[in-house]
Amino acid sequence: MQVDIRNLSIAFPTATGLSHAVRNVSLTIGNEKLGIVGESGSGKSLTARSILRLLPRGARMTADKLSFDGIDILKADESAMRAIRGKRAGLILQDPKYSLNPVMTAGAQIAEAWRMHRKGGAREAHEGAMDLLAQVKINDPARVFGAYPHELSGGMGQRVMIAMMLAPDPELLIADEPTSALDATVQAEILRLLEDLVARRGMALILISHDLPLVSHFCDRVAVMYAGRIVEELGAGELAQAKHPYTRGLLECLPALSHPRPRLAVMKRDPAWAEGPPGAPLA
Amino acid sequence: MKRLKALAATTASVPITLFGLVLVTFLIGRVMPIDPVLAIVGDRAPADVVAAARLELGLDRPLYVQFWIYLGKLAVGDLGRSVMTSHTVWEDIKRFFPATMELATVAIIFAAGIGIPLGVLAAVKQGSRVDHVIRVVCLAGHSLPIFVLALLSLLVFYATLHWAPGPGRQDILFDDQVPSITNFLTVDALLARDWEVLRDAVAHLIQPAAVLAYFAMAFIARMTRAFMLDALAGEYVITARAKGLSAARVIWKHAFGNIAVRLITIMALTYAGLLEGAVVTETVFSWPGLGQYLTISLLNADMNAVLGATLVVGITYLAFNLLADMLYKLLDPRVS
Repeated sequence: MQVDIRNLSIAFPTATGLSHAVRNVSLTIGNEKLGIVGESGSGKSLTARSILRLLPRGARMTADKLSFDGIDILKADESAMRAIRGKRAGLILQDPKYSLNPVMTAGAQIAEAWRMHRKGGAREAHEGAMDLLAQVKINDPARVFGAYPHELSGGMGQRVMIAMMLAPDPELLIADEPTSALDATVQAEILRLLEDLVARRGMALILISHDLPLVSHFCDRVAVMYAGRIVEELGAGELAQAKHPYTRGLLECLPALSHPRPRLAVMKRDPAWAEGPPGAPLA
Repeated sequence: MKRLKALAATTASVPITLFGLVLVTFLIGRVMPIDPVLAIVGDRAPADVVAAARLELGLDRPLYVQFWIYLGKLAVGDLGRSVMTSHTVWEDIKRFFPATMELATVAIIFAAGIGIPLGVLAAVKQGSRVDHVIRVVCLAGHSLPIFVLALLSLLVFYATLHWAPGPGRQDILFDDQVPSITNFLTVDALLARDWEVLRDAVAHLIQPAAVLAYFAMAFIARMTRAFMLDALAGEYVITARAKGLSAARVIWKHAFGNIAVRLITIMALTYAGLLEGAVVTETVFSWPGLGQYLTISLLNADMNAVLGATLVVGITYLAFNLLADMLYKLLDPRVS
């Protein structure tokens, strides 16, 4: 499995013309763990969702190349896309409170994903869902199976979400800020669970976050996005060698236990960052 | 258990609302500048006859005593006697209300059957030409007065094209041909296996029901569209799509599944509205329903009939409100 993105741009029509949310992004993702880091509105989610072609209504997507394992996503019809969505690439969203269907039980939602992509009847789907709930380390799968999303805690809900996306055995998992809505202690648990599942199943992972140290700790490679562009790509161990002032600024404004500082740095933004490298087209 | 408690709480408010309804209808009936005595004795009656009638109706007593007496009679199901028909009001209502219900039921089936798919379609294709057409059609349903459409429809389909039979519930030929068991003419005709009467009744029913349905449809479609737009923007719809589900399943199972309960509420209230709001339509189509009964009684100062009919309409509305509330509490897993 390899995802190739070359010169991807995503824009939204507004009253004053096109507003570009993603500009000329190029990325290659193989069987690895890639982190995409950036602040709100930097285009990190849109970039990742373009792989599934799940962009908001009205979004205009252009690219020189956008392919999933050789399938041209720009030209694929809906049925070809449905063969990728869920089946080969799953998507975990931020807050299970909103991303799970509130009027379906957790079990029904997992079983639905299971049945969609595997052969089997209701009974097999039920067993499959129970097994998946156990795989995401839920102690009482039977209770969670019959529970509605509002009856589950955030961490529990996110486990259900993960179980649902694992049901068809995807090759790639896109996790869009999977822990941002959770408590700090639960965050660590969910990340450990993801790490474990990704390693065990040999899946590729795209982890989207605004937490640079967390992502670099967790992933093989990190892409830093700013104003719709990738401003820097680093190996996870090379964070200290970050060159771009935005990346450095992000790192410097973090408190550290080992080097306590009386006052944290405030990032000074340079408008030039948003314009991209010299000579870059504005689109 | 929680649900049962919630239901009990909902039901508990009913008697209070009911009392308020009776009080208000009674007061409106008494403060209206109509003299119920004149309606009975006529305006040429000598003064002593008028005075005697007034005394007999208990109108000389204080208002609260009158109300107490009215309540007492109401408790045993006595709504009084209609001056106009000289039947008891209860008998009249049993005769007229089924006609209204027949009309409203057919109308709500049309309205929901067409309005819900249209609303869903408009939401799914938001901003497209289909959406615009549906919205204009619905806008007309909101802004046209119902009697305009009713009269136009009579003019076109009855007077000009001769497709539809004229006003009324059935052809005069078939009057009293089938025994009145349920007072729903179509059902009675079915029970009597009289296909001619059935055909005639259905033919008479279609036009007023369609007119009534159009307005209800416009409302249902608009609400469905708004609810669906809201649902389709939900994160769980993205989740459903990311699972690789078909568009139909995403729309009907996930998005529509989330609004179905709210739509049931809307439909229950719309149905109740049709039951009480068919007054104008019934008048234009000479449909012998409760609406027409109410109008004629009001014009004839037949206060017992007016109060009785108003109460029936109010109680029906209350009952459907309660039903909608209960359905909501029973069907939506988030309400507990």
